[in-house]
Amino acid sequence: MRGARLAILIILLGLAGAGFQAGLVSKAGLGTWVAALLTLAIFSFLYRDNPVYKLAEHIFIGIAAGYFVALEYWNVFLPNLWKPLVAGLEHIEYSPLPHFPNMILLIPFALGILLFTRFFPRVAWLSRWSMAAMIGSYSGLAIIGALQGDLVAQIRANMVPLYSREALTAFGNDGTESLLFGLLELLRNPLIIVGLLTTLIYFFFSREHKGGLGVAAKIGIWFLMISFGASFGYTVMSRVSLLIGRLHFLLSDWLGIVR
Amino acid sequence: MDLPANRMFRVKLASLVLMVFASWGLTSAADIRVADLPDDNGTALKLTWDLSNIDSTLTLFRSSLPETNWTPVGEFDEPRGSYVDRGLSRDSLYIYAFRLHSGLVLSEAAQPRASVLNRARVNQLLILAIFFALVLLYIKLASRGKHFFVRRIAGLRAIEEAIGRATEMGRPVLYVPGIDDLNNIQTIASMVILNDVARLAATYETPVIVPVCKPFVVPVAEEAVRQGYLNAGRPELYNPDNVRYLSDEQFAFTAGVNGIMLRERTAANIYMGSFFAESLILAETGFSAGAIQVAGTANIHQLPFFVAACDYTLIGEELYAASAYLSREPKLLGTLKASDVAKVIIIIILVAGFIAETLGWHTFADWFAAR
Repeated sequence: MRGARLAILIILLGLAGAGFQAGLVSKAGLGTWVAALLTLAIFSFLYRDNPVYKLAEHIFIGIAAGYFVALEYWNVFLPNLWKPLVAGLEHIEYSPLPHFPNMILLIPFALGILLFTRFFPRVAWLSRWSMAAMIGSYSGLAIIGALQGDLVAQIRANMVPLYSREALTAFGNDGTESLLFGLLELLRNPLIIVGLLTTLIYFFFSREHKGGLGVAAKIGIWFLMISFGASFGYTVMSRVSLLIGRLHFLLSDWLGIVR
Repeated sequence: MDLPANRMFRVKLASLVLMVFASWGLTSAADIRVADLPDDNGTALKLTWDLSNIDSTLTLFRSSLPETNWTPVGEFDEPRGSYVDRGLSRDSLYIYAFRLHSGLVLSEAAQPRASVLNRARVNQLLILAIFFALVLLYIKLASRGKHFFVRRIAGLRAIEEAIGRATEMGRPVLYVPGIDDLNNIQTIASMVILNDVARLAATYETPVIVPVCKPFVVPVAEEAVRQGYLNAGRPELYNPDNVRYLSDEQFAFTAGVNGIMLRERTAANIYMGSFFAESLILAETGFSAGAIQVAGTANIHQLPFFVAACDYTLIGEELYAASAYLSREPKLLGTLKASDVAKVIIIIILVAGFIAETLGWHTFADWFAAR
């Protein structure tokens, strides 16, 4: 395994060297160079942990931290809180009861300030109020989303007849070539029903999985494992396409070998 | 929100001026009707029109009042029809017009209003109410001391073995609580398990390293670990530096965790929480490093990777059950029991649905349609 990884790394470095010799590399810009070298540094982990990988890792983490601080400041804090708050203060109307247009924003502002009390041990407990508000509101929103998008929709989608009338009519009437497909089509609904019910039983925690319940749970875990296998293969294919994308960047944008 | 009185006066005045202006050779305003769209959040108006004496293409315009800045909304070929205009503001009053050769046909002014109840989603309200009632009932029963049986979850035994092995080897335990924020219930369940892992590790005097991806998770993770050490009676062993915020960026975090695995040579890696594309990278690195690994997530697309690369995996709801099993907290136990009862109800509903669909009765299944 390690030998294969080393071979990949040597091939990549060899291609880089060949591209450099051929004068192709010089055509790439500075940004491409930095990106390509950092990509190779990350790929060097395929061989083993090394100082080059360590350097790339630290650069990555450092840049990500700085980038996210800037992103949160410009895209979240300024447009959603600070600017509307300042605009509201400018338009404050002094009447018997002062009218402040964006008064509601003072609540997230105060909750945000409370989060910083963590730096002062004596009042650190105040930060829990912000956390409680955040977890509570997020949970409330998540429940509605899960109910609407997952639970109710899944219940409806899985209410299928025990057999498909169309599949039953078609079965045997078509040629022998489609007999297998007809059979599979006929088995679709029973498989959905058995798989769904037994998988639900597997996630039943109030009884030991013994007897009939145990058998059903065992069938359920088989269904789960088969679906995991299919999902694994599907996702690996998409990861391979990511690797191809990265190799294409190295060979095309950087080395110019592939056009 | 209703418009203030002074603004309402200006709006009415503007409507009057518009009507007078538009009535220059013009059709009746009653030909276009505008009404609030029921069962929505107050961002849509429904228009119906009957201009049967017109046979050309109709262009519909909209303007908010009191300003009159006409914006084209769409073109319609049918002289009779209806249209739902969405994406409007609850705070504004709107007026519509069809532009014809003879002039404008204006509608009355209308304001979108939010409905208190969306009747199309009564099914969801009812399901939610039943589930909440079950949760509250079982939490109450658990709080009163009623014993609820929860079957032993095999993955928890694997966690104990993993920590024991790390202790034998004299190396630290790595606990990764996922990469999601505290808004994800998996992260919260992970914190409960972390508390128990920290207690167990403190008992064996084995350090637990907790890399964290989201800043909000840091204080909760610190609290969970500190409490675990306290529960084990070894508060002096707690090292706050072992709860480490690495990065918000998914793969920067992954690179950092990989670095910890290899440089600190963790003997047991426990991944519990919400994971995404980094799951295989983490589990594969841990596998190459020879660590014993236990994972748990409810993100179904990542489960295959954990199943393939870890020694034991808590699948989906087992993660939540594990947190209830470990903490014996009445709220968690009550919720777990309620979700078990809910599963039985769902199974009964599904069986009824299968039978109804087989017999060709679709009304029952259609009631569950998400709208």
